[in-house]
Amino acid sequence: MENRDVVIIGGGPAGLAAALELKKGGIDDILIIEREKQLGGILRQCIHDGFGLTRFGQTLSGPEYAQRFIDEVLAMGIEAMTNATVIDLSGDKVVTAATPKGLIQVQAKAVILTMGCRERTRGALAIPGTRPSGIYNAGVAQSYMNLFNTMVGREVIIMGSGDIGLIMARRMTLEGAHVKAVFEVLPYPSGLPRNIEQCLHDYGIPLYLSHSVCEIMGDKRITGVKVVEVDSAMRPIPGTEKVFSCDTLILSVGLIPENELSLAAGVELDWRTKGAVVDENLQTNVPGIFAAGNVLHVHDLVDFVSLEAEALAKGAAAYLKEGPLEKCAIEVGMDAGIGHIIPHRVSGTKDFQISLRVRKPVGKCTIMVKQGETVIASLSLPKAIPAEMIQFPVKAEKILTGERIEVSVHVK
Amino acid sequence: MNTNFDVIVIGGGVVGSAAARELSRYNLRVAVLEKELDVCNGVSGHNTGLLHSGILNEGNTLRMECCLEGNAEFDQVARELDVPFKRCGKLIVGFGEEERARLETLYQRGIESGIPGLQMIDAARVQELEPNAHADFALYVPSAGILDPFLYTIALAENAVMNGARYYFNQEVTGIERADGLYRITTVHGVFTARWVVNCAGLYAFRIAEMLGFPGYQPKRVKGQYAILDKKTGKYLGMPLYPAPNEYGACDVHVTPTVDGNVLVGPTIEQIGDGIDYSVTQDMLQVLVRQGGKMFDYAKRDYYIRNYAGVFPTILDPRTGKDLDYTIETKPEAPNAVNTVGLNSPGLTCALPIARRIVKKIQETEPLIPKETFRPTRKGIVRFAEQTKETQDALIRSNPDYGEIFCRCECVTRAEIKEAVHNILGVETVSGIKYRTRATMGRCQGGYCETRITAAIQEELGRKKEEVLLNQIGAYMFTGDVK
Repeated sequence: MENRDVVIIGGGPAGLAAALELKKGGIDDILIIEREKQLGGILRQCIHDGFGLTRFGQTLSGPEYAQRFIDEVLAMGIEAMTNATVIDLSGDKVVTAATPKGLIQVQAKAVILTMGCRERTRGALAIPGTRPSGIYNAGVAQSYMNLFNTMVGREVIIMGSGDIGLIMARRMTLEGAHVKAVFEVLPYPSGLPRNIEQCLHDYGIPLYLSHSVCEIMGDKRITGVKVVEVDSAMRPIPGTEKVFSCDTLILSVGLIPENELSLAAGVELDWRTKGAVVDENLQTNVPGIFAAGNVLHVHDLVDFVSLEAEALAKGAAAYLKEGPLEKCAIEVGMDAGIGHIIPHRVSGTKDFQISLRVRKPVGKCTIMVKQGETVIASLSLPKAIPAEMIQFPVKAEKILTGERIEVSVHVK
Repeated sequence: MNTNFDVIVIGGGVVGSAAARELSRYNLRVAVLEKELDVCNGVSGHNTGLLHSGILNEGNTLRMECCLEGNAEFDQVARELDVPFKRCGKLIVGFGEEERARLETLYQRGIESGIPGLQMIDAARVQELEPNAHADFALYVPSAGILDPFLYTIALAENAVMNGARYYFNQEVTGIERADGLYRITTVHGVFTARWVVNCAGLYAFRIAEMLGFPGYQPKRVKGQYAILDKKTGKYLGMPLYPAPNEYGACDVHVTPTVDGNVLVGPTIEQIGDGIDYSVTQDMLQVLVRQGGKMFDYAKRDYYIRNYAGVFPTILDPRTGKDLDYTIETKPEAPNAVNTVGLNSPGLTCALPIARRIVKKIQETEPLIPKETFRPTRKGIVRFAEQTKETQDALIRSNPDYGEIFCRCECVTRAEIKEAVHNILGVETVSGIKYRTRATMGRCQGGYCETRITAAIQEELGRKKEEVLLNQIGAYMFTGDVK
């Protein structure tokens, strides 16, 4: 069995950024394991622009954004094994991967989980109806079109207003498909405002909020969907059913962090994020196993994925150089206005960054971080929407007790 | 194409394929005409995957006779044909005195029918056998089991083909005539002739029966809907759990582990119109959630990965108003025709016993000569995921394609996909690859591997994008190239 200081599982934006930052922090013995034949992860199929505004101050396509990191990884001599799929991860950090040269096993001192996420499917939603061909998750359709040069259909309905679905609405329109409508079950869009603007409004594609696809029709290829309006409790309103014909249904109904390997290693998961429970170092409950990017919680922008992975490297490097990290005993909780929060635990001796999403859209508000009645950090916003991740720092000097930290949203 | 055969079997489901396999033991030219593009696209692919014990069937029926025979021999059958199978037993659980009385009745009837090993057990024993069951008591049926219905049907068909039988897909039969001692069978794509015809057409057997001269069978369309749960739930369920029969004698929604470690919730039961309809409906989904949740704590929507429905090939017996018993028949007015109808659940369990009875019907008219070259065994595709790490490494070193994981959830390799694409039956649909390898059956439902599978079909078989089909003619995947 081979020994390594760090094994990074997944060579997408999180894995690449973590590798670079570790290397810059003086860690040399790094192995990135990537299941695809090239590095870059999901960015390879994201040929639209809009990446890098935060990280690089300019707008890049997905492959361009990834290439900046890939070039640097190669230039710095970081070893990346592609076409190798990790099939097992043990709690004592033995990584097993299938490669065309054989099964490899690596004993790592630290493991970085950067496996990304997968799409929620029709089956998970249990959408009623028949099971014809022509139903694609948005990311799968994107892969077919942008990596396999394959057109999946012509008359398109999109269910869910997640960002990939919006991007695909524009992409398919540009390729000559007729995108008839996007239906979103919530009373507000799931995707970013800029994508609603640039991918739907610019092309005259209607977005129906509070609408759900309640039946899929067609025996062979899909022939249509039945759509129903829902009330504020998301219950269908009888009598509002309408049929839309189509030959393709694109689903953009949420992403789920891909944590099967994490579970195998005994990593504790948060039922809200479906990602690991982590401390301020982004270390999981298994010492030496860290997580960042979409495997930890689904991000809105890749820039934040990179930044989060870079932040992780500091803790991971300290773990490798100095041994077990300081115990993080202060829990971070939240009120009902917040959907999820990272990190789950902090030490109280280090500055840290809070990442969160609000549960539903609110106007002018303040996000308060408190210990008891003491406000230790706050952020005032003109508005907050679930589609956008909110991040802000908390200073260690403000944390004076070991009391639980509570984060809450106060609408003005 | 030589289209002249000794025996033509109409329908390539589990019964038709078992018949073809049993007929291929003899010096006969055997062909199977299947209207779909694969062998398990009808009843054989839309069910619970159970090896039944017979406990829910009435005694003194052909159905019970076949069930007991098929159940008893299945360890051997699974070995011969390399079919994933587990004799896990099952529990019919109950609460209260009324249900105890119903289970006692079942127990007595089962004993009289000769079902082996039946036991009425108390709550403590239930907990021992199945810690996640909720019950005051249960009827324990140790002879029940679970099997892979797709691979069993495929295995029978492949073994038949290995022994000389021919399969013709996309050949829906539209007419049957008899002239000069031969049957002339017209399909949507050709004409076939045979000395014998065997009707194994499942849901459409009543229609073929009429063409063959066995008129008057009335189908009763009963549909069952299911939910499939994530493999994360599999470790919590070791054997099927059924509720005690209701006042009409039927068991409501039950939970069944699959040989692969998923859990099935269902079926719901409803009568439908004449058409075959595999759609899943909102109201029945709610029934699954409600009744399934009562049986098994993990039967929650959070764990749903897919839904499906099946339709029972039930025939109504006009004399009794009940479901017709298994019927395997010949008659002088329809010479050299073996008709089967009413082959309702448990068809998987009974397929080989039925097939042997079909052979016997032919033997009543003419002697059949055993074929010396017949081989009863068949090997399936080696599953990388189920091997030890040492074997996995050895497999990769013998063939690097084993080192490329195509399906992440089920850990299916490129080597397995390629082997499936080149299957002996010549099936080339995406669902065909799925049934043979489990690729796309996991929690991401093909999100990762489907692009790879469709690419493999194009590359390995030289197909165009527009020619790639999900599961049937018309179920195209792509409209062509991006401009």
